[in-house]
Formats: sequence, C-alpha cells, structure tokens
Amino acid sequence: MKEFLFVFRNDYQAVPKGSPEEMQAETKKWMDWIGGIAAQNKLVDRGNRLGSEGNTVKPGNVITDGPFMEIKEAIGGYTLVRAESLEEATEMAKGCPIFKNGGSVEVRAINPM
Amino acid sequence: MEQTEELIPHLFRTEYRKLTAVLTKIFGLEHIEIAEDISSDTFLMASETWGIKGLPENPVAWLYTVAKNKAKDYLKRNTLFDQKITPHLQNNSSEIQEFEIDLSEQNITDCQLQMMFAVCHPTISSEAQISLSLRVLCGFGIDEIANAFLTNKEVINKRLFRAKEKLRMEQVKIEFPSQGAIEDRLEMVLRTLYLLFNEGYYSAGKDVTLRKEVCLEAMRLTNLLLENKTTNKPAVNALISLMCFHASRFEARVNVNGETILYQNQNENLWNEELITQGECFLNQASVGDKLSKYHLEAGIAYWHTHKQDTAEKWESILQLYNKLLQLEYSPIAALNRTYALSKANGKNEAIIEAEKLNLNDNHLYHALLGNLYTGIDNSKARFHFQNALKLAKSKADKTIISKNISDLGSD
Repeated sequence: MKEFLFVFRNDYQAVPKGSPEEMQAETKKWMDWIGGIAAQNKLVDRGNRLGSEGNTVKPGNVITDGPFMEIKEAIGGYTLVRAESLEEATEMAKGCPIFKNGGSVEVRAINPM
Repeated sequence: MEQTEELIPHLFRTEYRKLTAVLTKIFGLEHIEIAEDISSDTFLMASETWGIKGLPENPVAWLYTVAKNKAKDYLKRNTLFDQKITPHLQNNSSEIQEFEIDLSEQNITDCQLQMMFAVCHPTISSEAQISLSLRVLCGFGIDEIANAFLTNKEVINKRLFRAKEKLRMEQVKIEFPSQGAIEDRLEMVLRTLYLLFNEGYYSAGKDVTLRKEVCLEAMRLTNLLLENKTTNKPAVNALISLMCFHASRFEARVNVNGETILYQNQNENLWNEELITQGECFLNQASVGDKLSKYHLEAGIAYWHTHKQDTAEKWESILQLYNKLLQLEYSPIAALNRTYALSKANGKNEAIIEAEKLNLNDNHLYHALLGNLYTGIDNSKARFHFQNALKLAKSKADKTIISKNISDLGSD
C-alpha cells in the first residue's frame, strides 16, 4: 500500500453560487465521496481547503501575490489516500464531485524520503 | 436470615468497591491485594456475624468500622507502617491509635476516581483493564467476570494477576493525573468504559441480568467522571448519552433466553422513554467546545435510532454521521453500517457499488449486508452472499437469522 496526494483544482470564477439546497447537495456529494474512501479504510488524511490568499516566492526573493485566483486552475485543497497503485488511486479520484464545475484532481504518489 | 442473604450480595458489591478504593489509596497500588483481602475479610465477618446475630441497625457503618479496625491492625503489625505513614507518626504512639481512615463520601468518590485512572492505565491491555475494572472498581466476583467474558476462572485470575504485576512494575500510583497528562489518560478511561459497556451490551452470554449489570456499572463509572469538575468534559457527556440511548432498549432487545431481537422486530413500547430523554439531555450538554469525539458521533447515530420510523432525514443524518465517524476512526462495523445507511439514503444501487468496494470477504456481516442489498435486485447474488454469511457466522442466533433470509428469497 502506498500513499497518494489528491490536489484539487478549480476555476473559482466558474463555480456557480447555487441556492442553499443546491449547495447542500454539493456538500453531500463531497462528504459521501470522502466517506466512501474512508469506508474502504483508504483515507489517510481528509486534508483541507486552501485560503484564497497567498504568496509565491521566486528566485531572487521575488515575491508575487499568488496563487492568482483568476487563473483557471488554482489549487483549492488536498486530500491524502492509500492505494496499491496509481491506477487504483486514479480510479478513486473519478468519484470526486469537482468535475461538474470544470475542476480537476491531480493524483500524485508520495515518495517517502 | 433470608433477608440477610439477600442484603449481603448487594452490599458486597457497592461497599466492597468503596472500601477497596480507599484502602488501596492508603496501602498503595502495589499492595492492592491487602486492600482486597481486608475488604473480603470484612464481608466474610459480616456473613458469619449477621447470620447468627441478625442485621445490625446500620449495616454500612458496621462494615466501615470493622474494615477500619482491620486496616489499623494490619498497619500496626507490619513494616508497611514505617514506609507508608508519615514519619512523624512513628515517634508519637498515641497518634497511631488515632490514625483515621477517611470513609467520608467525598474521599470515597475521590479515591474511586483516582483508582479508575490507575486501573485504566495504558500499560496493560484493554482486556486486562476491563477485567480489573469489573473486579476492583465494580466489585464483581471472579465467577461473574468469567461469565461475562464467556471464559473460566483460571483465565480471569491469571489476567488479573498479570495486570496487577504490570502496574506494580510500572509503579503506577493512585492519584489524579497531572494537568498535562489528564486529557490523554481520560481518553484511555473513556475507551475502557466504552468497551466495558459493549461487553455487557453485545455479549453472547446467557445471563441477561449480569450483562445488564455490566452496562449499568459502566454507566455508573462514567457518571463519576461527570460529577467531578476536572473530568466533566464534552466527550464524557457524549459517552454517557450513547450509553443511555443503547440502554433504553434493554427490555426490548433480548428475550428471556438471552436471544437477540433485531431492531426492526423490537416492541417500541418496551423502549425506556426516561433513558432516551436523559440521553438527549446529555447529548445537548456534550455539544459544546471544539473537540468532536467519536462518542459524539456514535451518540448522534444512537439518537436517530431512537426514532423507529424510516424517514429521509433519519437516514441522511445517520449516513453523514458515519461519514464523519469513519474519517475519525475506521472500523469494519462502521463501514458496514455506513453502507446500509447509504442504501436507505441514496438507494440500493449506489449502495451495492459502494459495498462491493469494501471487500470484507471474511466477515459474515459483510455477506449478510450484500445479501440484503441484492435482495429484489439480483436474487441469485443475494443467495450466494447469504450462503457465504451462513458459512462464516458463528453464533446460533446469527445463523438462524441468515437462514431465514435465504428461505425468504424463495426459489427464483
């Protein structure tokens, strides 16, 4: 078993602000998806959402206001899971509700040092 | 004479544990046997004396006086005295006579609490903690403990002996944990009390009365924690709330032969309304602070189960509570129960997909769940899984229920 990182990306401008019911239904989809992974005993860390403010430090100590919420694929959060292979982890990611809004899930293996 | 015989067992349990707690505090955990012996001797003397002379006017006071005298005698006759009692008493023999053993309510409660922390110590196994709790904190006899664990006296005696040895070696003291340690230690105590309650609740033992008493003892001990300001935490309120909800179904869930009656077949009129109300009250009290414990989630789920009716809100709430519970702490049972709740909230088809991912193939409950989910959708798969469940099931009660499920499928 290895650990994999899910990196959630979304276009924050594109996310429709639905009615309370719609938003609750959206929340349910996320909770059910994470719950499903947890039920398989494959959730390592539910992770967190990231704040919309931040900085990017570049060579020469150049600091820019990142991560630029205007860009289409700003990182919005992360989750850690457990799986036998990249294929299996990728399969798990397919259930994520983020796709409806044009978002994506990047699946990366954790390489322990 | 009959009245005496009935009174003593009840007294033995309630007063034995109080005396043992106070005496163990004096002698130290490493000499717990002395405390236990003095308590036992006191009750032996009570049996013999009261049998002949009849009940004294104040049985409890009688017991306490005799126990105090025996303890003082022991202290005087042993070098223990030199080590345990503050040195200045050695030089003043008149003070020895007046050495008071404090059996006030406050001290009894404090000593019992401190004993709980000592007994529920991470250095001994959960099993040992539970056995020791039943013996020392609850005053159960060895036979009764063996009965509750469905094992024999030798196993229990060995377990208790080893546990006391370990505590002795680690020099565990009867005292309140320090401010820094109390949260971790309290977590251990709650875990043990939770397991203790489950022992009584889910035990397959035939002695239904005994099983109930184990549950009630777990509740009583949890209550002790509530009564003390330092240990009255939200998680403790959540745990007792959970216990109240479960206990409310005592009368309805087991028949006189100790056989389990399934939730859906229980007579709701036998559910104890008072306990349900208490559970709700404690759950409210638990809903403060920012630490969500697994007891909060389980109490929430148990709360919903006090409403027998199938409503969308009930099952959606239970599903979300299980989603959170599994993130906090995975267990196969929680995974199975979550999947069942999902079938009620999101429909059987989605639940079947989720269930197939669980792969708990050696678990008879897993196959029973799949059998249940496939019923009406794919009866041959349902039958396949029920048959697996039947093969894997251990208890007669489980086998009976599964066999009925198979026969209900009919012949298609």
